[in-house]
Amino acid sequence: MEDLSFRHPVRARASGARRSAIVGVVASGNLEVLVERVLPDAECAIEIKTAAVGFGEVWSAVIGDFVERYSPGGLKFSINDGGARPDTVSLRLAQAVRLIAENGQ
Amino acid sequence: MTLDDIIASLFSDGHDVRNDKGVIHGSATLRSGSRMLVLGVADRTALGVDEAIKLSGHVLESIGRGSGPMLVLVDSDSQRMSKRDELLGLNEFLAHLAKVLIHADMNGRPTIGLLYGHSAAGALLATGLATRVLVGLPGADPAVMDLPSMAKVTKLSMDALEEKAKSTPVFAPGLSNLAQMGAVHMTWSNATSLADQLEALLAGMPAAQDRRDALGKERGGRLKAAEIAERVRDLALQAR
Amino acid sequence: MTAPLKDLTPAERARSTSFYEASARTRLELLLDAGSFVEFIGPEQREVSPHLKIFDLPEQFDDGIVVGHGRLDGSPVFVAAQEGRFMGGAFGEVHGAKLTGLLRAARQIGSIPVLILFDTGGVRLQEANAGELAIAEIMRAVMEARSAGVKVIGLIGGRSGCYGGGGLIAGCCSALAVSEPGRIAVSGPEVIETNRGVEEFDSRDRALVWRTMGGKHRRLLGAADVFADDNVQDFRKAALELLGLVGPFGFDRLKAEQERLAGRLRSFGAYGDAVDIWRAEGIADAQAVPELPADEFIALANRIGRTSRDAR
Repeated sequence: MEDLSFRHPVRARASGARRSAIVGVVASGNLEVLVERVLPDAECAIEIKTAAVGFGEVWSAVIGDFVERYSPGGLKFSINDGGARPDTVSLRLAQAVRLIAENGQ
Repeated sequence: MTLDDIIASLFSDGHDVRNDKGVIHGSATLRSGSRMLVLGVADRTALGVDEAIKLSGHVLESIGRGSGPMLVLVDSDSQRMSKRDELLGLNEFLAHLAKVLIHADMNGRPTIGLLYGHSAAGALLATGLATRVLVGLPGADPAVMDLPSMAKVTKLSMDALEEKAKSTPVFAPGLSNLAQMGAVHMTWSNATSLADQLEALLAGMPAAQDRRDALGKERGGRLKAAEIAERVRDLALQAR
Repeated sequence: MTAPLKDLTPAERARSTSFYEASARTRLELLLDAGSFVEFIGPEQREVSPHLKIFDLPEQFDDGIVVGHGRLDGSPVFVAAQEGRFMGGAFGEVHGAKLTGLLRAARQIGSIPVLILFDTGGVRLQEANAGELAIAEIMRAVMEARSAGVKVIGLIGGRSGCYGGGGLIAGCCSALAVSEPGRIAVSGPEVIETNRGVEEFDSRDRALVWRTMGGKHRRLLGAADVFADDNVQDFRKAALELLGLVGPFGFDRLKAEQERLAGRLRSFGAYGDAVDIWRAEGIADAQAVPELPADEFIALANRIGRTSRDAR
């Protein structure tokens, strides 16, 4: 297992009022993303525990693209990864941002 | 100790316990003069539908007309692994055996399991782990799954598994691991009379409440189970 | 053509969602009344397994089971849903303890039923002793709850089926609903084959696996009282139906179950295959049972009429 950690400044706060949301399942080729609205509006953080060791650069690129596209200000993403492909990671991150923007708690 | 040795050491005041093709059944006179139902699995026999239905029948018959504690002697294989047993619904037969033992224990017939040989997986769940107090005898070797099978499924070597087993009681077979987890309440000595030890246990039976998770925490084998169960219970009690 | 998912009513969404394909969370979301679910020790609590790191395995924040409280047609229920895709839905220390605590609360309250959405291969090997003990404690907790008047309903239709110790817990429930993809057994097909050889059980013969352990056979045997089509709405209806049918637990049920199971052994104990059993039950075209669509199968099973009602 490998632990990775990223922090990015962002230009806008992620929309919605929900405190937290969860998407995905930890399994081979899959991942779970827990997203929590716990940071200042101009920051975001991504903490990753991954079963696929040595892909730090790929994660960095995927996270960078995601942050640039979605500006998830105020959100901390905690990921348990079972070795998902980059496009699955991007999908789950997008799902997480959408889910925490929905109505509910 | 052989099964005969164990029964002789437990019941010097008389018994009619028989071993019929691996299914143990009978009753015994205790020191106090009262009777005890004795049943179980012997000779490392696999617990299949045929054995389970006989055992549950004995328990039910005893609930109908007897009183006093019940002793479940265990030296079994795992559940019987066969097409026929699964076809006929083995899970129901094993669950039914566990249920009648649990019901007996909850209704005035305290149950004691005595693990003197092997047992594993579904057989252990339906017998020893369905009693109020599970006692081990030295030399008993219970397992949830044997290490070679575990090695195959986890794709680790036996050496690697054995190495990991040194640092945790959570997966490897053995009486001391199960004791540390809270599954086995106590281990008796085979150097002193089993009748004495049985009498002492009967005189000091714990209450019927299942405290195995607390026991596992006290012994350092399960540090999370009791706390998590209690937290969920408290949240659920508030939630309605 | 169907409307976008969000424009469907909850019932329409539930009907168009495969129970088998759905995650544990989605099953609960669509099974229960909309927005009624409150989770206990949710993923933000991060109560992960303390044992998986020894094996360098990834954790899941809810340790593969979602437990909580919700409403079913307005009435309160406690629910537990296993995530069959995480570690095969297997019971570990934390996973099991969440269900144990839920059942203990149900026992204390007495009037709120428990729905268990099984999706499990049994004990999690990496935590084998803890998993086995958890299952033993759950079995005891189910029986204590039932003795206090609690209805405990099992729903089985997920990817991992209901195997091992999960099969024993299911055998302790007040009643079960099962779908075609659901399987209930103690030993898995591969384990039987490894131990006894391919002649005893060819684990790669899917039709054999389903005839022996699958939802249709279990329904015809009377192990499950209700057969549900593979969608969440049908499981919701099945749960409501079972909650309406289940009566109080007592010693008589155990005596009746002894008769039911002994009778099954007498009637079918010599048969080699499920098809023989179905034929003996009076099903003319027994070979065709696996192909029957759900509604026809349900009618057939009800005509045969085997249940475990009042006898489990």
